[in-house]
This record gives sequence, structure tokens and C-alpha cells, in this order.
Amino acid sequence: MRISPRAGERIVKVLIWAAAMLVMAVLVFIVAYILAKGLHVIDWRFLASAPSNMGRSGGISTTIIGTLMVTVTAVVIAAPLGIGTAFYLAEYTRENFVTKIIRFSAESLAGIPSIVYGLFGLIFFVVYLDMRWSVLSGGLTLALMILPTVIRTSEEAIKAVPYIYREVSFSLGATKWQTIIKAVFPSALRGIANGILLSVGRCIAETAAVILTAGSTLRMPTSLFSPTRTMAVHFYILAREGISMENAYGTAALLIILIFLINVVANTLINRFVAKSR
Amino acid sequence: MRRFKEKLSGRIFFVLALSSISALALITVFIVAKGAPIFVKVGVRDFVFGMSWAPGHGEFGIFPMIVGTLSVTLGAAVLGVPLGICCSIFLTEFAPSVLKSVFRPAIQLLAGIPSVVYGFWGLIFVVPFIRDRIGGPGLSILAGSVILAIMILPTVIMISEVSILALPRQYKQNALALGLTHWQTIRSVMLPAAKSGIVAAVILGVGRAVGETMAVIMVLGNAVALPKSILDPVRTLTTNIGIEMGYASGEHQQALFATGIVLFILIMILNSAAQFITRRK
Amino acid sequence: MSPQPKFVIKNLSFYYGGKRAIHDLSLDIAANEILSVIGPANSGVTTLLRALNRLGDLVPGARMEGEILMDGKSVYDPDVSVTELRRKIGMVFEVPTPLPMSIFDNVAYGPRLIGKANGKSVAESVERVLRKAALWDDVKDRLKTPAMSLSGGQQQRLCFARVLALDPEVVLLDRPCSGLDPISTAKIEESLSQLKEQYTIVVAPHNVQQAARISDRVAFMLTGSLIEENRNVEIFSRPKDQRTSDYVTGRFG
Repeated sequence: MRISPRAGERIVKVLIWAAAMLVMAVLVFIVAYILAKGLHVIDWRFLASAPSNMGRSGGISTTIIGTLMVTVTAVVIAAPLGIGTAFYLAEYTRENFVTKIIRFSAESLAGIPSIVYGLFGLIFFVVYLDMRWSVLSGGLTLALMILPTVIRTSEEAIKAVPYIYREVSFSLGATKWQTIIKAVFPSALRGIANGILLSVGRCIAETAAVILTAGSTLRMPTSLFSPTRTMAVHFYILAREGISMENAYGTAALLIILIFLINVVANTLINRFVAKSR
Repeated sequence: MRRFKEKLSGRIFFVLALSSISALALITVFIVAKGAPIFVKVGVRDFVFGMSWAPGHGEFGIFPMIVGTLSVTLGAAVLGVPLGICCSIFLTEFAPSVLKSVFRPAIQLLAGIPSVVYGFWGLIFVVPFIRDRIGGPGLSILAGSVILAIMILPTVIMISEVSILALPRQYKQNALALGLTHWQTIRSVMLPAAKSGIVAAVILGVGRAVGETMAVIMVLGNAVALPKSILDPVRTLTTNIGIEMGYASGEHQQALFATGIVLFILIMILNSAAQFITRRK
Repeated sequence: MSPQPKFVIKNLSFYYGGKRAIHDLSLDIAANEILSVIGPANSGVTTLLRALNRLGDLVPGARMEGEILMDGKSVYDPDVSVTELRRKIGMVFEVPTPLPMSIFDNVAYGPRLIGKANGKSVAESVERVLRKAALWDDVKDRLKTPAMSLSGGQQQRLCFARVLALDPEVVLLDRPCSGLDPISTAKIEESLSQLKEQYTIVVAPHNVQQAARISDRVAFMLTGSLIEENRNVEIFSRPKDQRTSDYVTGRFG
């Protein structure tokens, strides 16, 4: 039997709406479930006190600090490398063999699974460079992992800066370096910051790569060379080994809230960025 | 002085730009150097096609894990890809702007949630559901496929959406002007035109599924055996590394790095395919 | 005409890749005059202006033949610093292009590039050039607000002031009034006639009437070639070339 175009149209529309609503429902369900179970666990004591008895009791303060230190290390290393690469690709060269290799490398890095980053970090930073399990090893590993994101978002932001800004700057007697620092960089800053924030989100959420490189001790990290456990790793260990479902839910809820806040800030940045460049 | 500074700044940017090349090179060299000895000892064929994984007895065959990875990934693609493409069509063609402004950030949040949280949710919900309503131990290919299907959605949706949005507006207007219905326009004009982008989205999504570790570690059961049905537990290449890396040493550790090499090659093939398809335009 | 022309352009040809935008053009530009270069779209007017301050160099694949002498010296001479050259030859663009920073920072952009960071002298010169560009009274109370908040006409006068802050010898204006209201256009034209005492001004007007109103001399270009150039009145009343006549009377363009 042939279905009339109008009936077909309606069926398809219903199907597509159904698919979209299903996806929304799953998301809402996951988020709502974790928040419902975990939100009440989060209070000042949970955030500020150290875990005790393997995380069975106490809070998660050391893992918050650990996450913060690893993430900051990763961003501090990846940001100059990634932004510099983006400026090189966007401003200093035309498409040629070298840029092709750089792009290929960046895109390949973007596809490498985090567990492989973990393997590499373990063998290179932890063992070969003898940094042991440490904030530094974890941060360096994550820096490589987020590098492609920083490059791509920064390059997009730089390319979105109207070409005329560069012409104006040059016509006023600026050198290339001055043009990049004074005219292009400030205009691209929001877009670049957006990319950095997304990378921060990835660092916070990562488990496989950090568990192999930063370790999983619950002691408070005191320097870049201390081993540490991040919140995501803590959640994984609590949940997988069934140590404390209560604290696992609390940690997961906090992770989701953090990711949500980062997304909100990143979107505000990018929306203003778009509004301004129009 | 100024000219010197000019030159210097160009050089500095160039050196920074070499970071991604060096990173890729370092990763490749170190993983290969660490994992290659086991290939030499066991032989590539016996490693890749070997059926028995018993590191304690010097048996290193990862074929069941390759089958595990492929079956879970295929399952995720079957479930996730149609859903993802439907969502991207919804976003670009059907969604009222209010819904769009909710849907997009929601997909972003979906992309940002830690994979361990998905795995945990799968363990709490999907696994018992399968065990009680469908059968088997619950920890299974099916459970992993469901979780991975959800996790690849953001990749598939966002990249497909971009490639549909990139189409010239005239395509749609001309097709509608010719008297095609909205869906006919989407199916016979827009989707074919956006095909390469959508295919790339699917490949990248599949790449993500192949590489995911922490989510599937919790729901697959991790048994090293060839599965007979989608309700059987399996172990993937990634989970093999994730589970055993903590205590492995010596040859065992080398074998895990070799597992990483196989994974790495699989991913590089997928990525190159995606890059090739998007470049060809 | 003054004895030493500001610019001597000899047999200039300009290419973008394989495409020739200017064909064998020779032209003298006297100091302290307003020269209008007119012509329909794609006749090479903008390219000519951008060849003078070497902004055309930035386009990938751009290449020139012939010579451009400024005060007797080639602008492509190896010991000419291109940044100094561009400071001597300021340029106002077709669309108002304030940089995304405050009004004050826009005007101070040029002076600060060469290390004139002395707050007081920068502030003084900002005020001086904003007065010259007839913008001071509009903006003196909001120098720290974003330049984007100004109206289109004000933005273009800001760009003009930004150029004057360089203390240039030459000012190039590429269709500076094309998007502007008549009042802003009048203000800009008025400041131009006052400023030619100090500067050599080369302008690509956005229409023939504007060329007639403001210029001392007019050059007419068509498809990359210079058709004729002459004193303002002459070219409109007694054009030598039929194409010039057709263009200035509005038969095409």
C-alpha cells in the first residue's frame, strides 16, 4: 500500500519528535536521578572535610583540591601550546604541507581514547621521566588530551575576527606581532575562553587517563609532585567497589553541577561573542 | 630590534605549533616501544587472533576482546546513530526556537557528563532491567550498547547539525518551490547534500564508542570469552587495559600496551576515514 | 602644481594571482592637494589606494610591477620600514571600522604602537585629533565607552581621527562616506577641505558628485587603466575621453 505524501509527512514528523523527546527524557532521567540521590549529601561539611575510612565517611575535600590542581596544571600547559598553535595556523602561514601535518596531528590527538593517553602518561611521565604518580603527571597527560580542543576552538575564534581589524591595525603602522596582540587576540578572547572552559570540563570529567597517571591516594596533595585522586576517580572507586553509595551519589551530583555551570558560563561567553562580532 | 622581535614571534608560534606533532609522535613511539616486544614474542597473528587470555600462563590472545569491542560498538551505532540523526533533523528543521534553546545546552550537558556517571547509571538501571525483563546476567553487550549509544549522541547530533546548517539556503527553498513536501525535501535534497558531514559524524561517534573505557567497564561484565548473544558479557580492548593495568607488570604489562596499539590503530583508521570524508568536499 | 610631487607612480601594474587589477598606470600626486580617483566597481581604484601604503602586500599572491615613489624614494626600497610607511600614509576604510575597544583606545592605538605611552601627551593628542575630526563635542564625556556604541557617521569620524593621530603626511580615504547619512558626509567633507593644508589627501569618493564637491584634481580609472586625470573643473566640463564623459554624466557606473 502506498502512503500518501501527507500521511507520510505526518508519520515522519511524529517519529522525529519522538526521537528528540526520547533523548531529552533519557538525559533528564539520568541527571534528575543522580541529583535526587546526591544533592542532599552535598553540604558544607561534605565539601570541606577530608575523606576518612577509604571514603566511607567524611567528605571529599582532598579530591576537590586534587581535581583543581590537576585541571589547573593541564590548562596552564595546554593553553599557551594550543593558542600558540592556533595563531600559527590562522595568522602565520598559508595552508601548506606543515599545516596539513599539524592539523592531522591535532585531529588524530582528538580521536585518541583517554585510556591510551593514560597508558602514554604512565609510561612516559610516570615511569620514563620519573615523575611518579603525581599532580604533574596527571596534568601533563590531560594537557595533551585537551590540546586539540584548545587548538580547534581558538583557531575558530581567531578566524571569526573580521579581517578588516587586521587591515586597520596594519594600516595604522602596527607590526604583525602588535596586530595579533592588540587587535586580534582581544577580539578572539571570548571564543578562546570558551574553548578553555570546555577543556576544563573535560579534565574534571576524565577518569581513565588520570587514574593511571595521578594515582588514587586520598591524602591531601601538597605540591605538584604529590599523588592525588580526582573527584571523578573518587566517584568511580566508591561506586565500583561499593564503598559508599551515599558519598558516590554526592560526588556525582557535584560533578554534574560543575559541568552544568561550566557549560552555562561557556555559552554566555560565546553568545556575547557572536552578538558582538555581528 | 623591531624586526628581530617580529621574526622571533613568528618562530615562537611555529615552535608552539609543533607541540601537537610532537605529542602524537611521542605517544606513538612510547606505546609502540612498550607494546611491540609482545608482538615479537607471541607473534602478531597469535596475539590478534588468539582465543585465550591468561597473562599468568603467558597466553596473550585478544580476539575475544576485538569481537567484544566490535559488537558493543556496532550495537551502540545501531541504537545511537538513527536517534542522533533524527535529533539533528529535529534541531535544524522541526524544533520551535524555545525548544532549540533548551535542547542544545542539554546535548552539551550530555557531552560533558563524566563517563563514569553513565557507567554507574547503567549499572544501577540498565543492567538490572536487562537481567529482570530480558534475560541473561544483565552485564552484557546490550547494556554496553545502550550506554554507549547515549554517549555518542552528542557527537553525532552536533556534527550532523553543523553539516546540515552549512547547506546553502537555496537548496531547501528551491526544493520546496518545486512542490516537494518538507520531508521529501529533507530526504531527497538536504540529507544527500549533507551526507559527507553526517558520515563523518557517525564515524567520529563510532570512534568515541570504540575508545570509551570507564562507562563500559561497569556494565559489560568483562568476561574474556566469545559472546554467543547480545545478552552475554564481554570484555573490550579498552576495558582490558582499564581493569588490569592497575596490577600488571612485566610481559603482562607489555601485552596491555600491545592491546593499546591495536586500539590505537583501530582509532587511527576511523579518524583518517572521517578526515578523508570531510576533506573530500 | 608644486615642484616636487608627493607621489610619482610609474608604469604600475598590480596582480592578484593571475588576475591583473591595475594595468600600466602612471600618475603624479602633488603635495597638499585633494585628488579624487573615480571609476566604476572593479576599476582598480581601491587597489591603487592600497598599493600606496602597501596594504595590498597582505593579500596572498599579490604582486606589483613598476614603481611608486614617495618624496622621490621607492616605497618598496629595502630600507623603507613598511610600518613607518603606513604611519606616514593613513587610511580610512569604506565601512567604519572601529576596533572593539573604547573610543579613547581606538584613537590612541597608533601612537601607542610606537611607545608613546605617556598618558598626558596621548590624552592631549587624542583630544586634538578628535576636534579636527569634528567629533570631540560628541564624545568628550564618554571616551571610555566602546567605540561600537557610536553611530555609523561618528564611527567613521573616529576612524578619521585615529588616522590623524598618527601625524601622517598622506591620508587615503576609500569610499569613506558610502554608508553614511548626509550630515555626517558633510562634516567629513568639510574637515577634508580644512585638512589639505597639512596633508596630501587621496580619496576614492563614493560618487561623482562628491568628487566634484571636494577635489582639486580628479583621476578617472576604468578596468585597471587610468583613462584621464585633470583639474576638477576641467574633467567635468571638458572631458577629453568619451568614456570619461559617459561616466561623469552618469551613462554607466
